[in-house]
Amino acid sequence: MKRDPDIARLLEGLAGGRVAAAARLITIIENGGDRAEAVMDAVFPMTRGAYRIGFTGPPGAGKSTLVCRMSRILRGEGKRLGIIAVDPTSPFSGGALLGDRIRMQSLSDDPDVFVRSLASRGSLGGISSCTDEAADLLDAFGKDLVLIETVGVGQSELEIAEKAHTVVVILVPESGDGVQAMKAGLMEIGDIFVMNKADHREAIGAARELEETLRIKDVPEGGWRPPVVLASATRETGIDEVRSRIGEHRRHLEERGLLAEKRRRVLFSRVRGAFMDRMERRVWDHASVRSAIERGMEDVYGGRLSPYRLVRELERLVVGGLKM
Amino acid sequence: MGKTIRVLIAKPGLDGHDRGAKVVANALRDAGMEVIYTGLHQTPEMIADAAVQEDVDVVGLSILSGAHMTMFPRILELLKEKGAGHIQVFGGGIIPAEDAERLESAGVARLFGPGTDTRDIVAFIQKNFGQCA
Repeated sequence: MKRDPDIARLLEGLAGGRVAAAARLITIIENGGDRAEAVMDAVFPMTRGAYRIGFTGPPGAGKSTLVCRMSRILRGEGKRLGIIAVDPTSPFSGGALLGDRIRMQSLSDDPDVFVRSLASRGSLGGISSCTDEAADLLDAFGKDLVLIETVGVGQSELEIAEKAHTVVVILVPESGDGVQAMKAGLMEIGDIFVMNKADHREAIGAARELEETLRIKDVPEGGWRPPVVLASATRETGIDEVRSRIGEHRRHLEERGLLAEKRRRVLFSRVRGAFMDRMERRVWDHASVRSAIERGMEDVYGGRLSPYRLVRELERLVVGGLKM
Repeated sequence: MGKTIRVLIAKPGLDGHDRGAKVVANALRDAGMEVIYTGLHQTPEMIADAAVQEDVDVVGLSILSGAHMTMFPRILELLKEKGAGHIQVFGGGIIPAEDAERLESAGVARLFGPGTDTRDIVAFIQKNFGQCA
């Protein structure tokens, strides 16, 4: 890849600890294309294995506030932090209102905390499609831990499970029936569950119900059984316990070699994802493929050719050897 | 792929009226921009730090308290100190014409008074920050 003087200068800035350089590199990564790849080629070897903690849960559960409180505890331990806060992009305008910083104000003025808001930009998994890359960049920038806050999720935005080493699911007593409904999705990805808003009169009951639900789950001998922690992010109770549970989960993964395994799995799926994206674009944009589709579609529209037969013909064309 | 314009909307100082800031933030979002809103009672340092970390193209400040002659120059200065002198600043609020003139000649990109049509703000940002890399 051609050497881009602008990127080279920014990478120097990154190595030199310049916040503005790191911030601009994340923008380049977000905007994609060749420049993003040039940045990643240089940044990936600079990563040092920062531990990644995901925070997810329904809208209004208290994710940002909990991340903020957790960050203060982690700062007290001397950890350098990168925070990635994702909010949804409007599918209608393409714009986004990113408001997670509102609840993280007490983290500003600390040079060892870098907060970046990302818009989901069409990705449907509850995070931005460049979350991994932004986390790599913060890792290369010298952060010990990267905290990733997802958009407010429902039942199917579970991509964080593939990105974070420990997933904290934040629920609230009001979820009530919602907790039931979430059994299929969120309930399966949490390593730690936080019943937030513990001052709510139904909090204890809701936490107990959640524990019951989790107890039914089959956990192999010596496996991790997700704990439930009662907390109040605004009143700052239970946060220390969430912190120590995260530590326990990390040790659990490390002692059994599961963390290394998880890192390998994440990298494998990143290669797979990036490869598929690239192949899709190359094949789809290929002139011979386009014209074969256009020709074939006339027969499909006319009811003379089944869509699947056309697909098989296209497959033969591609596998049979396109000049790419 | 077109570059998405990123804007930080902030309320420096002590006044607690953020309806204007929210209206502008919404209008910019609806125009396809990514708008980072940081909430009330921000110090100039907090705003400049956020602008740098978020790598925004432009910062919009809403000031109704009368502190504009202190806030705007201070934030411009901090952005420069942090190596982000390229980030432009615009604003809105209750700002007398002669103050507005002085601020604009001191480097504030544009000031919008009460009654401004949000479409004018959108157009101003798109025109000035739409194409740069």
